[in-house]
Amino acid sequence: MSEPIQNRYEFVILFDVENGNPNGDPDADNMPRIDPETGLGLVTDVCLKRKIRNYVETVKEDEPGFRIYIKKRVPLNRSDNEAFEKVGIENAAELAVKDKKKFNQLLKEANKNNDIDRVIRDYMCSKFYDIRTFGAVMTTMVKGALNCGQVRGPVQLGFAHSVDPVIPREVSITRVAITTEADAANKSNEMGKKYIVPYGLYRCEGYVSANLARKTTGFSEADLQLFWDAVINMFEHDRSAARGQMAVRKLIIFKHSSELGDAPAHKLFDLIEVNKNDNVTVPRSYSDYTVTVNESDLPTGVSYEQRD
Amino acid sequence: MSYGLQIEVWGDYALFTRPELKTERLSYDVITPSAARGLIESIYWHPGLHVVIDRIYVLNKIEFTSIRRNEVKSKVKASDVKRMMMGGSVPVLCTGDDIQQRASTLLRNVHYVLEAHFEMTYKATSSDNEGKFKDIFRRRLKSGKVYSQPYFGCREFPAHFRAWNSGSVPTCGESKDLGLMLYDMDYSNPKSIQPMFFHARMKDGVVQVNGERVLK
Repeated sequence: MSEPIQNRYEFVILFDVENGNPNGDPDADNMPRIDPETGLGLVTDVCLKRKIRNYVETVKEDEPGFRIYIKKRVPLNRSDNEAFEKVGIENAAELAVKDKKKFNQLLKEANKNNDIDRVIRDYMCSKFYDIRTFGAVMTTMVKGALNCGQVRGPVQLGFAHSVDPVIPREVSITRVAITTEADAANKSNEMGKKYIVPYGLYRCEGYVSANLARKTTGFSEADLQLFWDAVINMFEHDRSAARGQMAVRKLIIFKHSSELGDAPAHKLFDLIEVNKNDNVTVPRSYSDYTVTVNESDLPTGVSYEQRD
Repeated sequence: MSYGLQIEVWGDYALFTRPELKTERLSYDVITPSAARGLIESIYWHPGLHVVIDRIYVLNKIEFTSIRRNEVKSKVKASDVKRMMMGGSVPVLCTGDDIQQRASTLLRNVHYVLEAHFEMTYKATSSDNEGKFKDIFRRRLKSGKVYSQPYFGCREFPAHFRAWNSGSVPTCGESKDLGLMLYDMDYSNPKSIQPMFFHARMKDGVVQVNGERVLK
C-alpha cells in the first residue's frame, strides 16, 4: 500500500443531462428530483457515489485492493480465495495459512485487547476501494465500543444542484408487446411514461480530508488519481434509456499545500462562477454557459487544476 | 469560564436526527449541542480540550424539506471479515437484495452562530490552557484550516464556517418551545453510552444551552 495523501482538496464537478433523468425521486413517481421551493434540480450524493463505485468496478475488475463492497448485482464468482495479508497483527499472513490454530489465538488476543476492531477496519480498508474512499459502517466485535465500527472516508460529497431551475417533462410512450395474455386480447399496445429533463447543468461540491486518509483509511495518491478518473468518466459507463445524454463537463480541483489546508472551502467554491450566456433565455446545451474561475483571487497555498 | 468564541456556520441543508424518529429520519428544529460540538471538533480537537456549547443563535427561519433515498440495510459483518481473512469468500453487500427506501425530513438553508467555550480535561498537559486553545481556534477560523470538512448532522450536508466578528447577532427573532432535545451522549462509561437531554427553548432566536438542566 502506498502512502496516504498529504494534501487537503476541494473539488467542484459540473455535469449536464440532455433529455434524460439524472436521478429519480422515489417520493414523486420517479420524477427527476427537484427542490420544490427553488425549482432547481437535485442529484443526491449517494447517486454519484454509486456511479463512482461502478466505474472503479468496471476498470479494476476486482483487482486486489480495488474491490467494491457495495455492489449493484451479486457477482457470479463470490468464492475466489484471498490470502490474509499482514494487517495489524505481526506475521499474521503466514500464520493464517500455516497455523490456523495459532492465528485464531492471535485474533482472540487482539479481541481481548480491544484491538480486533482496528484489525478488521484496516483489513477492509486495504481490500475495498469504496470503503477506503467513502467509509463504511461495520459491526463491531467489542460490545459497546465507541464508534469502532464506523469508518469515515476522506471523500465527502454534497448534493448536486442545477445551476438554473429545471422543468421536467413527462413523455408518454407506447409499446406493442403486451405483458399478459388476457390484456393482449383486448388491446394492441400499452402506454408508459418516462420523465426527462430537457437540459440541466448541475454543480456538485466535494471535499477530501488528508487527515482521515492518514489516520483511518490509508487513501493514497494513486487512489486519488483513480477517483478523479472515476469522476470524469462516471457517466461514460452508465448509459441507459432513462439517463439520456449525461456527461461530466468540468472537474475543478483545489489543492491545498498541507493536510489542514490554507483557505476556507466556501471561499474556494465562490471563485467558480457558472453563468448563462447573455443571449440565452432557455439553456439547452453546455455552450449556453460560461464557467470562470477567478484565478487572481486564489488564496496563497492553494493551487487549482481543471479537467474536462 | 474564559471568554468564548462565536462561530458563524451555514449551509444548504441540515439533518439533526431525532433519536426517536431515525428510521425515517426527522430533524430537530435547530442544531443540537452535540452536533454543534462535533462540528467544532472537526475544525480542531485535542484530547486536553472539551468544547462546551453555551448558546445557539438561529439566524434563518426554520424550514423543512424532504428527500427519499435508496439506502442499504446492513453493515459490514465482522464475522464475514474474519472469514475472509482466513481465506474464505469475499463479502459483498448487494444493493439489489439489501435495499430500503428511507425518507429524511431535513432543514434547509440553515444559518447559526454558535457560542462556545473550552474546558480542560484530565488529559491536558501543563502547557495547555483555554487561552491557547482559543488562539489555535481563532487562527483556524481565519485560515479555514480543518481536520475534515464540518457538516450539519450528516456528511452529505457540509457546513461552511467563519469567525463571527460583527457584534450582536441578527437572529430570526422567533420564540418557540422546542421541547425535549438531545443534549449530548454521555461517554463516561464506554460500555454503556447514554443519551442526555435538555428542555430547549428558543427565545427571540436564541437557544440557551449552558446552564440548562441536563436530564439523563
